[in-house]
Amino acid sequence: MAHPTAAVLEYHLVSYRRTWRSSALSSFILPLLTMLSFGVGVGAYVRGDVAGVPYLDFIVPGLIASTAMQVAIAESTFPVFGNFEWIKIYFSQVAAPLRIADILGGHLGFVLFRILTSTAAFLVTTALFGAVHSWWALAALPVAALLGLAVAAPTFGYAASVPSDNYLAMLFRFAVIPMSLFAGVFFPVESLPGVLRWLAYVSPLWHGVDLIRAATLGVAPAWSVAGHLAYLATWAVAGWLLATARFRRRLTI
Amino acid sequence: MIVARGLVKRFGSFTAVDGIDVEVRPGEAFGFLGPNGAGKSSTMRMIGCVSPPSGGTLRILGMDPRREGPAIRARLGVCPQLDNLDQELTVRENLTTYARFFGISRAVARARALELLEFVQLGERADSKVEPLSGGMKRRLTIARALVNEPDLVLLDEPTTGLDPQARHLVWERLFRLKQQGVTLVLTTHYMDEAEQLCDRLVVMDGGRIAAEGSPRALIERYSTREVVELRFQAESQEEYAGKLTGVAERIEVLPDRILLYVTDGDGALAEVHRRALAPASSLVRRSSLEDVFLHLTGRTLVD
Repeated sequence: MAHPTAAVLEYHLVSYRRTWRSSALSSFILPLLTMLSFGVGVGAYVRGDVAGVPYLDFIVPGLIASTAMQVAIAESTFPVFGNFEWIKIYFSQVAAPLRIADILGGHLGFVLFRILTSTAAFLVTTALFGAVHSWWALAALPVAALLGLAVAAPTFGYAASVPSDNYLAMLFRFAVIPMSLFAGVFFPVESLPGVLRWLAYVSPLWHGVDLIRAATLGVAPAWSVAGHLAYLATWAVAGWLLATARFRRRLTI
Repeated sequence: MIVARGLVKRFGSFTAVDGIDVEVRPGEAFGFLGPNGAGKSSTMRMIGCVSPPSGGTLRILGMDPRREGPAIRARLGVCPQLDNLDQELTVRENLTTYARFFGISRAVARARALELLEFVQLGERADSKVEPLSGGMKRRLTIARALVNEPDLVLLDEPTTGLDPQARHLVWERLFRLKQQGVTLVLTTHYMDEAEQLCDRLVVMDGGRIAAEGSPRALIERYSTREVVELRFQAESQEEYAGKLTGVAERIEVLPDRILLYVTDGDGALAEVHRRALAPASSLVRRSSLEDVFLHLTGRTLVD
């Protein structure tokens, strides 16, 4: 007999079957457009190397990390909010013999699946353009998964708490966009003034960027690997606890 | 099947269910009646093991919902007040994916989905999406989904609210068949005809408490009379006629537009009214219904 969490994951995968083609296509189109725009366009203006490598090769790992983050956030804002407020699927699930951990775990498992397929598509496409320097690049996938969980789990908790979907748009404005711009995706955080640099260090994204960049370029990360992993895991675990508490409050009042 | 003693549900300082005693026996259809806010849905959510009781004891299928929620829910079928189907999945997928939550194998889930769709007369719509279905079809699909684990106990929260008469009768007929198969049904409703049609026993709830309990017939006998005479007088106020009707009925209720006489013999009472030369503009003799009991017990004031 399948584990109840697996049954929840299966439901989300069945649901995804309706849209997987367009979603898979965009997973490849995004990195292709990136290669064209940054590789050919912007890259031509950036003379010299960044951190010792061509600019394109420098930003590819950053973009893999930011793709993981963006997919994670996109899949855990409106879909989670909608499962409470619009289609109310969580309420039908909690009436079945599932625990909160199954409902949450199955949905997060699906988000993880989306993160992994999207980042794998990005990695494969950019590797074909020669932007990946080392077999260590394969390590980018589990790191992207951990980074994804580190942002998705707390976002599940947030989406389960907010009274209207306007708050979800705020998350994009005040968390996703600043992180994408300042957490080392497009330039080294060392170029930032002190306070902003510390904000980058606090964001989960920078830790993912530093690890994935080390992996695709085959160099040592700026920070200790264990430190990065522990920091991301802390976000993931704290997020899980928050989401569990919020889900329980909403579903079993 | 269900035993509740002094069951309480509080939300902060608000007490939704205020110490009720209920017992539901195997194979019966049991109803919770009451106006909005009476505590019916809160009670149903506690029985459905998604809402922990704030006080009292509750045993469902011999188990404790606080500790054995998943084990109890594995044997329940729940049809919520608002359909929470996945609108973008097909009718069939709604059943098969839900069956998986009960640990049912894919093959069994597919076979059971077919069977249940025939049962609720949705066989031909198996592969259409849910979103374009009518309200009645969605309701029947929700009922089919509640049966996917072959439950011992089915909870239905206002199963026919918002349906047109044809759809309501079809739902009633299917629920009646389930009852014949020995499935225990627990439902809430504020349709008196629904309660009379389906329930062997029921409780009338008001303000979180149980106001009355019994079979529909027993409740009518206890709280109303056998028949009711409705009189309309062509007058500014029905009130002025009320005084002239003293002694005609066991109980007289004066409404803004008519007077109700609660009597054993409706025709006899009407003859007496005519003998007193009161000449109502219209009159109607009918059997007393659960609605009379309900309004008597819970009052005519509008609850929102």
